[in-house]
Amino acid sequence: MTRPVFPRLLRAGLVLGAFTLCFGVVAGARAQTELLNVSYDPTRELYRDINAAFLAEWNAKHPDKKISTIRQSHGGSGAQARTVIDGLNADVVTLALAGDIDAVAERSKKLPLDWQKRLPHNSSPYTSTIVFLVRKGNPKAIKDWGDLVKPGVQIITPNPKTSGGARWNYLAAWAYAEKAFNKDEAKVRDYIGKLLANVPVLDTGARGATTTFTQRGIGDVFLSWENEAFLALKEFGADKFDIVVPSLSILAEPPVALVDANVDAKKTREQAQAYLEFLYSPKGQAIIARNFYRPRNPEAADAKDIANFPKVELVTIDDVFGGWKKAQPTHFGDGGTFDQLYKPAR
Amino acid sequence: MSDATLPSASAQEPRRSASRARGESPVVQVILIAVSLVFLLLFLLLPLVTVFVEAAAKGWEAYRAAITEPDAQAAIQLTLLVAAIAVPFNVIVGIAAAWAIAKFEFRGKDLLISLIDLPFSVSPVISGLVFVLLFGAQGYFGPWLQANDIKIVFALPGLILATVFVTFPFVARELIPHMQSLGSSDEEAALTLGASPWRVFFRVTLPNVKWSLFYGVLLCNARAMGEFGAVAVVSGKIRGLTNTMPLHIEILYNEYMGAAAFAVASLLAGLALVTLVLKTLLEWHYGDVISASRHH
Repeated sequence: MTRPVFPRLLRAGLVLGAFTLCFGVVAGARAQTELLNVSYDPTRELYRDINAAFLAEWNAKHPDKKISTIRQSHGGSGAQARTVIDGLNADVVTLALAGDIDAVAERSKKLPLDWQKRLPHNSSPYTSTIVFLVRKGNPKAIKDWGDLVKPGVQIITPNPKTSGGARWNYLAAWAYAEKAFNKDEAKVRDYIGKLLANVPVLDTGARGATTTFTQRGIGDVFLSWENEAFLALKEFGADKFDIVVPSLSILAEPPVALVDANVDAKKTREQAQAYLEFLYSPKGQAIIARNFYRPRNPEAADAKDIANFPKVELVTIDDVFGGWKKAQPTHFGDGGTFDQLYKPAR
Repeated sequence: MSDATLPSASAQEPRRSASRARGESPVVQVILIAVSLVFLLLFLLLPLVTVFVEAAAKGWEAYRAAITEPDAQAAIQLTLLVAAIAVPFNVIVGIAAAWAIAKFEFRGKDLLISLIDLPFSVSPVISGLVFVLLFGAQGYFGPWLQANDIKIVFALPGLILATVFVTFPFVARELIPHMQSLGSSDEEAALTLGASPWRVFFRVTLPNVKWSLFYGVLLCNARAMGEFGAVAVVSGKIRGLTNTMPLHIEILYNEYMGAAAFAVASLLAGLALVTLVLKTLLEWHYGDVISASRHH
């Protein structure tokens, strides 16, 4: 019988295992300052630019407190809030709507409930809105919210339970219907029900919905973040899609916040605070506009970027819905209007 | 599948006459073969080819750039690291479980066998979620873990736990039937000749099942590197830190970097191909041993 190879193999395996474990522990214990920004779906390109600019500026000014990397995590806004609640070690959260950061504050108690008062403009360094992206030439002649409920129109929008953008979509449609039907609640509900009946798939996040519409070619109209619609035109060429601006839309304020308990544990408060403030700086505002988000301070941005933004009547969530604290449970909570009106096709 | 291989030429003749006796016309045979061939082409070969074609769509430079990019490198290293810990762990525990089940009689054995199969019957998303429920900040052990500054979910340990859970059955499942079919006469002979139990284990039991073991490790490794669902739940999706290859592929695709996504995907597909070749070689050379282990 040949000498058995298994004890040797086993020993080699154990050594390898021990080695990799040590490597993992050592890698985890490296004393470098890293920031983790947990963000929503469409901001990938924005924060790639912001992070590079902020790192260069901060590290030049603070050679003693250098930041080695800014890590990013992206997903549907609601889902991302959930992972932070479950313990994802975010220094800052930059989500699609205040309701999601409220949820983090309430459930994890890692930041104060009045977090939104800590930075200017409701802690939202930029705004955006909801527009329609349609196939080139607009074959289904979709001009406004009313056209969405025509029979045979397929609408792409993500799931409002997990996606922040989808909640803005839903509320924009609701605000339009309230105006169009003069606040007749039965007619508003009928409209929203018909609109949801025209949705063939609900993706979990805005980016998934974008790929469903642009790359998989499903649907006639995509209810999209303005920035996401512009990005799709940039990525795929203006000869594939058109942007349609509806008569009325909603002012979306995606907020940012420091997660106090996490930055204190990681001793990164100073860096994280500066990172958020950088978003409000002229340089940050210019990058924001270049990535198709509407800056708070348009003077800081390139006039060409500002000229891109269409003029549209914008309603605010505070005026029409009484703020997120009210809108969230009424419309998207368990048994809210979305649950009542969304009946998936069987 | 391996049961169907009857390699010797002499076996061909009786089989053909048997089909004639059943009244199958050659047309039926051709149709059956054509149907399965078309199916294989459409559902297996075509997607595989697509991966490589898409990966090469933007040329060799773009391919190299996609794979050498720091986040991709981190994803590849993380995937290898997770597999390098999860697979040996499952090999050791799998051998122990298989040995206990095949060689000993004890109470609750059937329950143990069912438990080993559990990860196969549970959706991977649930497998990930249970670890979040256990070790997440709001989970049962969350407060204690946080107080002691131990990170499990959204960090390497969580990824390893989820992978171990999902890939656990592969090794044990391959070994149990093989060990059972071998019985324990070899071990008994060795013991009567005065070998110590450890010596029996390393020189008799393990060498007897080495090919099934290798086969199990192969499948276990392939799944460990390719797992998406369970890992996605516990990862937190931090780029360059907790993104494994399958997660990185999805991210690239969602960022309109199709060619880069497929470049990384081609690495995973390449791994699948290597696994397939090794598996075929194994079945070719040791088909009788392995198929013996599958008669159950």
